[in-house]
Amino acid sequence: MVKFSIFLQRELRLLARQKADWLNPVLFFIIVLTLFPLGVGPEPNMLRIMAPGIVWIAALLSVLLAAERLFKDDYRNGVIEQLVAAQQALMPFVLAKITANWLSTGLPLLLLSPLVALLLNMQGAALEAMALTLLLGTPVLSLLSVLGAGITVSADKGGILLALVILPLYIPLLIFASAAIEAASIGLGFTGQIAILLAMFLFSLALVPMAVCSALKINVS
Amino acid sequence: MFKWLDPLAKPETLYHFCGKLTPWLMSSALFTLLLGNIWGLGFTPTDYQQGDSYRIIHIHVPSAIMSMGAYMAMAIAAFTALVWQIKTAQWAVLAIAPIGAVYTAIALLTGMAWGKPMWGAWWVWDARLTSELILLFLYFGVMALHGAFSERQTGAKVASLLAVVGVINLPIIHFSVEWWNTLHQGASITKFAKPSIDPSMLWPLLISLLAFSLLLAALTCVRLRTAILENEQHRPWVKQLVSKA
Repeated sequence: MVKFSIFLQRELRLLARQKADWLNPVLFFIIVLTLFPLGVGPEPNMLRIMAPGIVWIAALLSVLLAAERLFKDDYRNGVIEQLVAAQQALMPFVLAKITANWLSTGLPLLLLSPLVALLLNMQGAALEAMALTLLLGTPVLSLLSVLGAGITVSADKGGILLALVILPLYIPLLIFASAAIEAASIGLGFTGQIAILLAMFLFSLALVPMAVCSALKINVS
Repeated sequence: MFKWLDPLAKPETLYHFCGKLTPWLMSSALFTLLLGNIWGLGFTPTDYQQGDSYRIIHIHVPSAIMSMGAYMAMAIAAFTALVWQIKTAQWAVLAIAPIGAVYTAIALLTGMAWGKPMWGAWWVWDARLTSELILLFLYFGVMALHGAFSERQTGAKVASLLAVVGVINLPIIHFSVEWWNTLHQGASITKFAKPSIDPSMLWPLLISLLAFSLLLAALTCVRLRTAILENEQHRPWVKQLVSKA
């Protein structure tokens, strides 16, 4: 626990000093959102129908954008190698990385969701559903993107590979999250989808950190 | 069982074991494939609703089932490779991946050909089609990861890790037809109750299924032997083998 908070402080300090690392994905999210109305036309009803998909695809892409650099610096300057050698410190490091990643990419999206609803003409229950799915879904995005970053950290051509590895794993999340928002926007209950999202979150929280640890070990050995 | 399996972890033993197995598997795969497909495509009764076009089931269903079966086999090999650090299991992962990808592609293409006359569209964004497509991407991911590292060993291990993580998709594909009410019809042979398919159509289908699994095993043996030779090319036993040939 002590190690976790030390690592978390370190991550947050790094993020505070390299603002581009977390600001760029957030800006990217907003830009992608503004591109959709320009691309498909500004018809309010159409935007309302397409909103769930648009929001979630923008979220997926912006998290993916942040994921690429997640472990790169720590890998290059040997931090990861030292942590693997020290054995016990690796798990708290990974957990801190995931938490910091969520705080810097997931949380801003959540805070931006009222603005997004305004832009895309969403109302009432749909807004509530979007906030809930983002609250439960963005931690899963963070977990999976940290996994992708861990798997590809020593790969020669990171970027595209990361997308190929991680996007298929994002798809179940995308299906249930947009189904929840869609159900809410036509006035149906959406607790079922929310429960599945919660299950995905708990399941990945239990298993992904271990997978990340073994991925890092493989990459430095 | 471990007493019997253990020696097979050694590349040389496995090479010769696969060599002995290949002709048997290959010939029985060809025999069952011909039998199942000729029977299924030529001699089964016509369906009352779908006419003759349902006959593609004898290729579509076995390849779809075995695309998942191949993934499961690959994931078991990957798990073995990660937990017990067995190199030959790693090579097995990479031997199975392209075969599984081809099976998945066959399942998708025959499904499209079947969907056109039945549903009126080549492709619908139905749960089962989508998750089968994701399976194809997972296979691609495993293969791409393997090639992306300058350190060969790292690539093989990381690909194994992804194969294990991707297992989560298998139950999603299998149950997608029940979870979502979709266009794709429900399971008709893998149910525990009485199968909802007539025995005259079921038998050739089961034979085709056996054929596809035998073919998978045979092709895996062939590819695994190549992988063993490639990875062990500097070992004395390989040099001896080559000089003898």
